[in-house]
Amino acid sequence: MGVFDIYLLETLINGVLLGGVLALLSLGLNLVFGVIDVVWICYAELIMLGMYAMYFLASVYRVPLPVAVPACIAAVAVLGLLLHVVVIAPLLGAAPINQLLATGGVLFFLQSAATIMFGIEFKNLGLRLPVLKAAGMFISYSRLLAFAAALVGMIAVYLFLNRTYTGTAIRAIAQDRQMMTLMGVDSRRIYVITSALGGGLAGLASCLLVLQYDVHPFVGLSFGPITFLICVLGGLGNFGGGFVAAFVFAEIISLGGLYLDLEWGYVFAFAFFIAMMFVRPQGLLARRS
Amino acid sequence: MRRWPSLVAAAALVALPFVYHAPYPLHIAILILIWSFAYTSWSMMGRFGLTSFGHGGFMGVGAYVTALAWNHGGVSPWIGIPLALVAGGLLALIVAYPCFRFRITGHYFALVTLALSGIVLQVITATRDHTGGSLGYTPERYRGGSSLYALQFDSKTTWYLIALGVWAAGLWIWYRVEGSMLRYALEAISEDEDAAAATGVHVTAEKLKITVLSAVMTALAGALYCQYQMFISPDTVSGIAISLQMVFAVVVGGIYVSLGPTVGAIITILMAEVLRIGFGTRAVGWDNLVYGVLLVLFIVFLPKGILGSVLALRRPASGATR
Repeated sequence: MGVFDIYLLETLINGVLLGGVLALLSLGLNLVFGVIDVVWICYAELIMLGMYAMYFLASVYRVPLPVAVPACIAAVAVLGLLLHVVVIAPLLGAAPINQLLATGGVLFFLQSAATIMFGIEFKNLGLRLPVLKAAGMFISYSRLLAFAAALVGMIAVYLFLNRTYTGTAIRAIAQDRQMMTLMGVDSRRIYVITSALGGGLAGLASCLLVLQYDVHPFVGLSFGPITFLICVLGGLGNFGGGFVAAFVFAEIISLGGLYLDLEWGYVFAFAFFIAMMFVRPQGLLARRS
Repeated sequence: MRRWPSLVAAAALVALPFVYHAPYPLHIAILILIWSFAYTSWSMMGRFGLTSFGHGGFMGVGAYVTALAWNHGGVSPWIGIPLALVAGGLLALIVAYPCFRFRITGHYFALVTLALSGIVLQVITATRDHTGGSLGYTPERYRGGSSLYALQFDSKTTWYLIALGVWAAGLWIWYRVEGSMLRYALEAISEDEDAAAATGVHVTAEKLKITVLSAVMTALAGALYCQYQMFISPDTVSGIAISLQMVFAVVVGGIYVSLGPTVGAIITILMAEVLRIGFGTRAVGWDNLVYGVLLVLFIVFLPKGILGSVLALRRPASGATR
């Protein structure tokens, strides 16, 4: 039984670390979701492009990491901004489902653009962080790093939203769209800022993901759906809820992967999501109204 | 007198394979008919604001239940397909009933059904010992040749006529719904659920009816695709990508008109084929690139889709087309 327990513990810890990655992934989407009330179905594709940006900067052009990381974050932030200005802004008055479908079109576009430009080969940084061995368990440094970045990113977003004037305006807009425009807040400006911020967070996520995963044009499909489900499970725009949901999902996936196959982990996670929608449709941490 | 053009068109469609039976164009025509039927099935509920991303799941269930029943149970598709339809309907019921009961709508409904597509795809992949996983699955040939019992035919003409019949049946169902009270109830629900409920519409029951109908039709499309292609894989009949593909083709063709999904299927399939033939392997990615741009342009500028907009132009004063 001793061996079994070590595996279980390792799985649980790796689940926590995977939770950090998922939490980081969902941060930007949650922000956009909560403030603009738009689902960026193509969010994972922004991350995919960010991963390519990191690959080309760090691996092909040999740009030092301290320069490459901010450049990558800025590039994806610009993408998020463009996505809002070009696609979302003309549709803000239309039915919400139209915005969702339009970003779906962007998903196809970005995927195929990446296929055409970069080919379908798997690419990686060729840079592997060491694996931490402790008490007979293997824990990857890149996951630890992602976990830490998720924490820092979340705290930074929290401070920004609660301590700055722009952040206050963003929260106010999220609560009442019509009223805030009457109070003199320029909602268009706030939306643009939020989109850039959401893109930036996607950029941050891509910098850390590229350390663990190979990048290819369809990589977004493998973690995009789970990211949406985390945001919904946590309650749209509810960062604390999203954080908790990320860890719950990650543990389900890890434990399912330990006892059965990784696919079953995903099946359980999806089924859990559907079940939770009926129990707590407003999100995990929502107060019952 | 308005029936004449459609009767002539129907006769022409039936006569087509006897006059012109080059295998490749006929193959494309069959694919267009099968997918048109699947897209029509999606639009049955999509046109009432019930945006489902779960139809890839229903299609996958339709295809895999039929194929598994044949290979593992020796059950003829004549029984296997009804089984698959029941399975698809049940799955829709299990997921949709709580959704409607607890008033999960809009974004949330789309994402719950998205999870459903994900589940079906992952279950097919995870049970690879039985389903072949992501490598795909082939129904066994019945004594090599064509057989009515096994619903396997070598002749493309036969398949063309079957697909045409199913597609026409799909349109017939569409018109039946169009002329029914169900349509008025669902239109009222899509405008305002509370108001509809206040006027005596049983919101949950009406939504369930159309959802189960739509899911069963989609499962049939899956079963048909499986019998025709004799090869299915999780990526070609299930999953989120197929769900998105259905939604997009319908939006491009026109979501509120009967032939909109068919126009969507013709455009998307022909475009993919033309690019593939014209550019070969260099075309990889270009079809979806054009497709994605078109989709965004359509949703921004032509939300009624191609056919919907054309019809609206022809009859500007009529309120019949939405």
